[in-house]
Amino acid sequence: MTQANSVTAVVRNTWRGLTSMRTALMLLFLLAVGALPGALLPQYPLNPQRVRSYQAQHPIVAPVLDRLGFFDVFASPWFAAIYLLLFVSLIGCVLPRSLEYARQLRKAPVATPRNLGRLPHHARGEADQSADEIIASARRRLRGWRIAEREEPGGARTISAERGYLREAGNLVFHLALIGLLVAFAIGKLVGYQGQVIVLANGAQFCNSGPLAYDSFTPGRSVDGTALTPFCVQVNGFTPTYLPTGEAEGFRAALSYQGPDDLAASTWHPYQLKVNDPLRMGGTRVYLIGNGYAPRFTVTFPDGQQRSSVVQWAPVELGTMLSEGTTKFDPPGVTDDAVRRTRQLAITGLFAPTAAFRGSLLSSSFPDLLDPAVAIDILKGDLGNNSGRGQSIFSIDQSMVDSGRLKQVARSNLRPGEQLTLPDRTTVRFDGVTRFVSLQVSYDPAQPWVLGFAVLVLGGLGLSLAVKRRRFWVRVTPGGPAGTVVELGGLARTEAAGYGEEFDRIAADLLPPGTARPPVPTGASKGG
Amino acid sequence: MPTSSVLASYSDLAYGTALVLYLLAMALHSIAFAAYAAARVPRTALAGAPTAGGDGSVATLAAPDSTLPRGKPERIGRSAVALTGLAALVHAGSLALRGAAIGRVPWANMYEFISAICFVAVAGWLVVLYRQRDAAASLQRLGGFVLLPVVVLMFLGGTVLYARAEPLIPALNSYWITIHVSAAITATGILLVSGVASVLYLVGASAGSRISARLPDATALDRLAYRTTVIALPIWTFAIITGAIWAEAAWGRYWGWDPKETCALVAWVVYAGYLHARATAGWRGRWSAWINVAGFGVMLFNLFFVNIVIAGFHSYAGL
Repeated sequence: MTQANSVTAVVRNTWRGLTSMRTALMLLFLLAVGALPGALLPQYPLNPQRVRSYQAQHPIVAPVLDRLGFFDVFASPWFAAIYLLLFVSLIGCVLPRSLEYARQLRKAPVATPRNLGRLPHHARGEADQSADEIIASARRRLRGWRIAEREEPGGARTISAERGYLREAGNLVFHLALIGLLVAFAIGKLVGYQGQVIVLANGAQFCNSGPLAYDSFTPGRSVDGTALTPFCVQVNGFTPTYLPTGEAEGFRAALSYQGPDDLAASTWHPYQLKVNDPLRMGGTRVYLIGNGYAPRFTVTFPDGQQRSSVVQWAPVELGTMLSEGTTKFDPPGVTDDAVRRTRQLAITGLFAPTAAFRGSLLSSSFPDLLDPAVAIDILKGDLGNNSGRGQSIFSIDQSMVDSGRLKQVARSNLRPGEQLTLPDRTTVRFDGVTRFVSLQVSYDPAQPWVLGFAVLVLGGLGLSLAVKRRRFWVRVTPGGPAGTVVELGGLARTEAAGYGEEFDRIAADLLPPGTARPPVPTGASKGG
Repeated sequence: MPTSSVLASYSDLAYGTALVLYLLAMALHSIAFAAYAAARVPRTALAGAPTAGGDGSVATLAAPDSTLPRGKPERIGRSAVALTGLAALVHAGSLALRGAAIGRVPWANMYEFISAICFVAVAGWLVVLYRQRDAAASLQRLGGFVLLPVVVLMFLGGTVLYARAEPLIPALNSYWITIHVSAAITATGILLVSGVASVLYLVGASAGSRISARLPDATALDRLAYRTTVIALPIWTFAIITGAIWAEAAWGRYWGWDPKETCALVAWVVYAGYLHARATAGWRGRWSAWINVAGFGVMLFNLFFVNIVIAGFHSYAGL
C-alpha cells in the first residue's frame, strides 16, 4: 500500500516536473542547441559525400560523432527524445489549460475588488447623475466586454468587465496546432517518398512503376515500393535561356505526361515544366531539378559491327556546364568472358558545350550548346563491371587502371562528326549531343495537413501576442457632494502593453469632465 | 530584363550617402550621450578619473526620467534623430533605385538583403520613437547603439559582400521571393532593435558602469525588447512558413533540414523560449534578456555563417 503510494507520488512528481514551465524552457533550449549540429556538421541525408570527406579530415573525432548520430541529427534517438519530451510537456501543460479555459468561458467576470485604489489603473470622480444613469452609460461604453453587474450590501452598484479572451484561445490553438504539425510531418515522412531520375530530352520516357525506375529513391518507412502512383512522363525537349554573361535566366522542359487516369486510355497531355513550378498529379509532384549533356558516340569495331551509346555526363562546372563522364562499350559478339574482359572500351573525359581550347586543353566558355567538343581518353581492357564492386556510370574503375588491366590506348579532342582510329583499327566517332533533364518525383499526402496546422500556428501566435486580456471595474456609490461617487479600476492580466491608454480613454468617457483623478502609476507591468 | 547601370550607380551613391549620414548621426548621438552624462554623472565621478565602481550611479539609474532637465544634450540627440530620418530616406532611395535598375525586388543577394535589413531596423527604430513620443527624450539616447550595428552591417555589405546589380537566377525567380524574403527582412530588422535593447538592458543591469548611468531605466529597455520581439516573431513565423511553401515548389519538399531552415527554426525556438522565460518566475529580467540576445546571435549566424561558410540551398549569397 505504502509502496503503491510512493510509486504514484514519484509518477505524479515526475509528471509535474515535466509539465512545469521551467522544464519546458530547458527542453526548448536543448532543442535549439541539439539542432545546431544538424546545421554545422554535414548530414548523411543531405550530402553523404561531404560527410565522408569530413570523416576523412577528422579521423579521431568523426567516428565518435558518427556513433552519437551527429551526422544524422534529425533521425537520432537523442534528438527524438528532446522533442518528444518537449511535446509531452506541452500536452501536459495545454490540456489542463484548455479545460480551465472552457470553465472560465462559462463563468462571469470576477467581483469588483473592495479597494479599487490599489489597482495599477485607477480613477475616481463625482457626478450629479443617478447611479442608474451612470451604470447604463458604463454598460453602453463597455459594449464588447464580458460584463457582470452586481449590487453590494452598502448600496453600491458595480460592473465587472473583462475582455481579451481570445488571447488564451490563440495561445491554446498555437500549442495544439504545433502538436498537429508534428504529427502530420511524421505521417508524411512515414508514407511519402522521393526519387530522382535522369531522362534524356529526346523523347525518352520515365514511368513511375517502382523504385527500380529511379536513379535514387528515398522511401518513407512504410513505403515498400509497390503501389506507387502510376504515371508516365515523356521529355520531348529542354530549352534553357542564358544571358550574354552566361548566367541562366530560365529553364523549360517540354513534357507529355499520362496521369493515373490516362494510362488506360493512353492519352498524353502536354506540359511545360519549369523551375519553381512542378507538375502536380494528385499528391504526386514532378520537379525539374537539373540538366546536362549526354554526348553520343559510335564505335565501329574492326569486323565492321557498330555500337552507339548516349550516356549522361555530369556537369562539373555549373557556370559553363563543362561536363565529365564515361561512355562504356562491350565488344560485340564475344561470348568468352575472359576475352571480353580484355576488349571492353571506355570513352572518358570532358565535354564542353562551347569549346575553348588552351593549347589542346579543353574548357568551356559558355553553358549553352554553341560549339560543342569533347576531350577524351579511350581505354581498353577490363572495365571491372563484373568485379562485384559497385560501378559509377560517370567514371571508370580507377583500380582497374592501377592494376594494369585497363590501359589508355588513345587521347584526342573531337568535334561533332569527327572520329579517331585506334591501333586495332576500331574507330570512335563523336556523333553529337543530346540534352538530359534531372527530374525529382515527390509524394507526401500529409502535406496539406502540415500547411493547415502551420496556418493555425501562425494565427494562434498572432492572436496570443496581439490580444490583451484586461479587466475593468466600475463602482457607483450614492453620496458625496455631487450625489454619486464613481470609482474605476483596471488590471491587465498579461503584459500591460498599452492598457493604460485604453483605461484612460474609457475613464475619460465615463467620468464627468474636470473630475480630479490620481495619475496612473508607472511600472504597472505585472505579468499574469 | 536588362539592368540599367545608370540607375544602379545612383543606387550605390545613395547607399554610400546613407552610410555617411548614419555615421554622422551616430557621432551626434555619441556627443549627446557624453554631454548628457556630464550633466548627470555625480560630481564625485566627474572630479576624479573614471573609476569602474560608480557610487551613486545606482541611484541615478533608478531615477525617473521625468525629472531630467531638457537641455542641450537632448537637443543634440533630437537633431541626431532628424539626421537618422534623413539618412533613412536616402537609404530607401537606394533600395528603390536598385529595384528600378534591375526590374525586380532589391533583395536577392547578401548585399541587397543586408541593406534592406538595415533599412527596416532604422525605420523600425524611428517608428518606436514616434509611437513613444512621451518617452522619446529618454529613448533617443539609445540611437547611437541602434545605429552602431546598422553602420557595421552596411559597411560589410558595401565592401566585402557587395554584388553588382544583376537579374535573378531561375531558382530565385518566383513571386515567393517578394513574400518570403521581405518577411525575413522585416523580422530580422525589428529583431535587431530588440537585440540592441536587450544588450543595453544587460549593460544597464551591471550597475556602476559609466554607460549604465546614462541609459533609460531597465523597465523601458525590457519593454522595448519585448514589444519589438512580439511584433517580429509572428512575422518570422510567416517567413518560415512561406519559405517552406516556396521550398515545396522549388526543391520538391517543404522541409529538408537544410542548414538555413534548421537555423531559422533554432532562432524561432530561442525566441519562443524568450517569450516563455518572460512569463516564468525566476527567468524574467537578466535571463530573458540573455535569451533574446542569444536569439539575435542565431539570426546573425544564420545570415553570415550559413550563407557564406556552410554549403546548402541558400548559399547563393551573390559572393
